[in-house]
Amino acid sequence: METSIISGKGGTGKSSISAAFATIEKDVVLADCDVDAANLFILFSPTHEVETVYIAGQKAVIDYSCCINCGICKDVCRFGAISWTGGMPIISEVLCDGCLLCSRLCPQNAIKMVNNDKSRMYSGTFRKGKMVYGRLAPGEENSGKLVNIVREEARRLSKKNNIENIIIDGPPGIGCAAISSIIGVDNVVIVSEPTKSGLHDLERVVDITRKFNLKTWVIINKYDLNEEISNEIMRFCDEKGIFLAGKLRFDSLVVEAMVNCQSIIEFSPCSQISIEIKNIWSIINKKI
Amino acid sequence: MTDLCRIKIAIASGKGGTGKTFISTNLFHTLVKLGYKVTLVDCDAEEPNDMLFFKTDCVTECDVKQKVPVIDFKKCIYCGKCKEYCNYNAIFFLREKKVIRVLDDLCHGCGACAYACDSGAITEKDVSLGKVSTCIINDDSKIVEARLRVGVYTPVPVIKAALKTICKDEIVIMDSPPGTSCPFIQTVSIADYVLLVTEPTPFGLSDLKQSVETLKTMNKLYGVIVNRAGIGDDGVYEYLKQENIPLLMEVPFDKNIALSYSKGEFVVNNKNEWNSLLELMFITICDKYGNVNN
Repeated sequence: METSIISGKGGTGKSSISAAFATIEKDVVLADCDVDAANLFILFSPTHEVETVYIAGQKAVIDYSCCINCGICKDVCRFGAISWTGGMPIISEVLCDGCLLCSRLCPQNAIKMVNNDKSRMYSGTFRKGKMVYGRLAPGEENSGKLVNIVREEARRLSKKNNIENIIIDGPPGIGCAAISSIIGVDNVVIVSEPTKSGLHDLERVVDITRKFNLKTWVIINKYDLNEEISNEIMRFCDEKGIFLAGKLRFDSLVVEAMVNCQSIIEFSPCSQISIEIKNIWSIINKKI
Repeated sequence: MTDLCRIKIAIASGKGGTGKTFISTNLFHTLVKLGYKVTLVDCDAEEPNDMLFFKTDCVTECDVKQKVPVIDFKKCIYCGKCKEYCNYNAIFFLREKKVIRVLDDLCHGCGACAYACDSGAITEKDVSLGKVSTCIINDDSKIVEARLRVGVYTPVPVIKAALKTICKDEIVIMDSPPGTSCPFIQTVSIADYVLLVTEPTPFGLSDLKQSVETLKTMNKLYGVIVNRAGIGDDGVYEYLKQENIPLLMEVPFDKNIALSYSKGEFVVNNKNEWNSLLELMFITICDKYGNVNN
């Protein structure tokens, strides 16, 4: 059973809720797929049993000892990555997309491709089971591929250790990484918040889950912040035929739990909010 | 002051939901009210929200397009050279079965396949990646929004298109996408100053550190706003002290601020003191930038 937690908008409480879900059952595999800003390792301090280098594409580099300044590379680059300065081509590391075309067409073979090899995937054990997380190096793209690798490792660990539940903490947004975090999962849980931005972002992320025909649930987090917009979100879910898994009150205990490096379920298991989160987990997993 | 009137400030954060949009929209609103000519660029193309805060029309829209190859099966000799040239696995090819397909979603539009084809079988068509919208506020200020089409994999080309609309001699506020990957780099690479918005929690601190490390390698000037001050712990403050990073402003955790934001209102309209605080911060930033450049 794979459950993916996403949000569209950032900072709605996705990771706190993922952490809570991950500490309800006896055994889980937790996959932190917010590879651009992985945070769950802070709460769970997993061991690093496996470290894998992830190659996030390539960048073109000119060997000026061979370059004859013919300008072909600059003419063919569609990403505007090659500029002409002081009679020489200069490749911008930021703009280079790694398509390899300049390198292929250079008559002098003066352009080499260098791997972006600073991103990592870690896999290990934490107090509730197995944990996998990716860390994308700054400035790198293709995070969807890193998400796929993290998810593959999570599936391998789930099979090998006979652990049924995989919990995926996804990234914000609706791009490649978010899409890769939800394709093929059993349940998508969208954590929303009752703000104008929250509703707008929810609408976009729902378009994505519908595009891929995924079973989608919505949690309205901090619903008491603006009950009017919370009601609007409920109406929206109703119209779109999306299940409302539950509503959670704003509770400062959640932040206190994070400061103590625990999930809310571990920090305050009998609090109202923990009971409600457990209830939501049961609803999603049809245990009631 | 002439130099300062063309400063480009990126509002960024590693972690999502720390208040980038909150700061961007309120800072823009304040500066416009004070009579500055400002452009706000919403670069969070996956989930753009800035426009929600402004009731305005006069919108011009332009489509952001990318080239995608089209294979003419009558001319194709099934040599496979285009597949070999494609560095994105966007061409699916089975030589024996004579099957060749372009996977539009994976294509980055680099044009390599068209160079590879010796049979003239590849032409290109435009596909839409999203759009850039502009609306005018108070005659000479404007908001530019980069909006990714739902289902498109990367926001980078749409962000680039939005940033291209910027003129040299205006104040620019860029509401950056979260994280430190490619979309963030594209946005901050043209910034004179980066304003990092964080919250005083362990998650906020971890993501702040990652942003700071990235900005150091880019040699950018930066400072920090702590949002929701009062929650969490002291970790962020200790880090700022230790790294000697300027703390430009604190926004207290306050349900009234959260409520006005949730409705799409400006906090500066409800509490006048915020106008002066934001203006003061803007002048401080201009000073820091001016000192380095003079």
